Amino acid sequence: MTIEITPELFASVPDAHGRFGHFGGKFVAETLMSALSDLEALYARLKDDAAFRREFDTDLAHYVGRPSPLYEASRLSDAIGGGRIYLKREDLNHTGAHKVNNTIGQALLAKHMGKRRVIAETGAGQHGVATATVAARLGLECHVFMGEEDIRRQSLNVYRMKLLGAEVVPVTSGSRTLKDAMNEALRDWVTRVDDTFYIIGTVAGPHPYPMLVRDFQSVIGREARVQSLAQAGKLPDALVACVGGGSNAIGLFHPFLQDTEVAMYGVEAGGKGLETGAHAAPLSVGSPGVLHGNRTYLMQDDDGQILDTHSVSAGLDYPGVGPEHAWLKDIGRVNYVVANDDEALAAFHRLTRVEGIMPALETAHAMAYAERLAAEMSPDEHIIVNLSGRGDKDILTVAAIEGIEV
Amino acid sequence: MSRLSATFARLQNEGRQGLVSYVVAGDPSPSGTVGLLHQLVAAGADILEVGVPFSDPMAEGSVIQKGHERALANGMSLQGVLDIVTVFRQEDQQTPIIMMGYANPIERFGYEAFAAAGAKAGVDGLITVDLPPEEVDAIDTALKAVALDNIFLISPTTPTARIETIVERARGFIYCVAVKGVTGSGNLDANEVARNVAVIRSKTALPVAVGFGIKDAASARAVAAVADAVVVGSALIDAMVRVTEHEPAATESQVHAAAVALLESIRLGMDSSPS
Repeated sequence: MTIEITPELFASVPDAHGRFGHFGGKFVAETLMSALSDLEALYARLKDDAAFRREFDTDLAHYVGRPSPLYEASRLSDAIGGGRIYLKREDLNHTGAHKVNNTIGQALLAKHMGKRRVIAETGAGQHGVATATVAARLGLECHVFMGEEDIRRQSLNVYRMKLLGAEVVPVTSGSRTLKDAMNEALRDWVTRVDDTFYIIGTVAGPHPYPMLVRDFQSVIGREARVQSLAQAGKLPDALVACVGGGSNAIGLFHPFLQDTEVAMYGVEAGGKGLETGAHAAPLSVGSPGVLHGNRTYLMQDDDGQILDTHSVSAGLDYPGVGPEHAWLKDIGRVNYVVANDDEALAAFHRLTRVEGIMPALETAHAMAYAERLAAEMSPDEHIIVNLSGRGDKDILTVAAIEGIEV
Repeated sequence: MSRLSATFARLQNEGRQGLVSYVVAGDPSPSGTVGLLHQLVAAGADILEVGVPFSDPMAEGSVIQKGHERALANGMSLQGVLDIVTVFRQEDQQTPIIMMGYANPIERFGYEAFAAAGAKAGVDGLITVDLPPEEVDAIDTALKAVALDNIFLISPTTPTARIETIVERARGFIYCVAVKGVTGSGNLDANEVARNVAVIRSKTALPVAVGFGIKDAASARAVAAVADAVVVGSALIDAMVRVTEHEPAATESQVHAAAVALLESIRLGMDSSPS
């Protein structure tokens, strides 16, 4: 694609139709169109409103605990012997992942719309927990849709959501994972559109969700930019983040997009290996199509049916990806790469043992790639990895894979 | 005159309301769908709506969702649906056929290729649930070129100004969604439907069909009092599923017979409506 990369280019998306180049849009049933228009209008009014920004920033500071630190992983960097690795510690946020940045923002929008009931889809359960958390704090009724398969592998988060007062609704259709949870949440929203706010957990879905989730998550990159200049004396040479739907990656990348000297790597789930077909890497080997309200890269067959995915991490187990990533791939601004299940598991153990930081299995995919990248860099260069979530929720999965009974 | 226009003109002359039946192509079996469609026409369907199965049918309630899953498990594809229409047309050149599905299989097939293949097979119209007017330009151009009608949904949440935008683009008929919800939802409010249909009629002369939540003769009669046509889908599929649940060894003709019997009773209920 012959698009000149200018600072204005990144500010120009999405356009008025919610499109990022060919991607994005509003591919939903008619019943939801007016709810999306209402949300779009409200957000247009509030996003630059000083009082709204103050409310959001105050919650991020005093409830989430922002800014999150930028930590230089010295022992890990020394062991690799190449570029220095810095970790943007989103795992230290309240609820243990970046997801809460977005649920705080969307819950404020729900409050402004007067909606007393919120719904969410969740894969690993981190977005579900973050939604149940803000719902508890605001006294909102909360229903979280979760695939039966994910309920099994993320039982700790399921119990956390229940403790927070949310109803976890098991989804038994299709592959019983994140994509089916999103279908079911959309169906619930169609049915209860008058009193319900749908808190989407990633930069996918119909416009304006990819835009507003990006905006709420961009606090990650804004902080990291300032911290990198203060701590390393310069911008990072590379950014690395895992990509399922892509919200933590967009959050880190977006404030750096116009800094063309900063290389960016989005790491998809390679599962058992791209050659096996058992993976969740639509940007690496998928093709454009329409799912869940937007046009983006999808894993699909020749008939346009969405394929089942596989990843050791429930949060990356999704056959689509946010439309802005699809666009960033096509214009060549971000490199999309993969890390397989076994590489992620190795990186999970390494970071835990070498730095005393246990990453989520999703995040471990980013760590696996960052280690490879750092090895090829010089010590005066540095990488920022979005340490998007902590790994406590995954210890039963890791134990099961390794045949250990906990 | 298109098959759809001719059908609505005939219904108007006869002073009757149309009955639209929906089944998913390939459910319960790919080989049985053509026969089932002919039986539905014999039972009183004026227009056939044929569901194109999709892996992620986000506007469908659980009954139709499972129909999509069964059809896909049976190997049904968009090309397979077109083949079914082609075979059906060998014996029936009058009954309009609407395909109803989701954007991705059609996009994958290619909008122009699909329009050409649909016209050749004898398809009359298309409802793409997730292509609202904002996203419809590309496929609309392709469908117009082969005189296929693009049929839009209008829902209880559609503001009046937006209804005007939709009817400008609409061809064939308007599909008025009776309830806020997915297909097969309960709690159809006949008074609310009447109000919504009246607003639509004030904006367009196109016929109005009402669907979602019509499950028996009584609800069909209530809706037929204000609409030009009534769409029945989930109830037909549910009737077939119940036969199999009750008697797993039931033959396909026994399964089809349940849908046919329900459609006949709905037809009877509508035609006895005082209009």
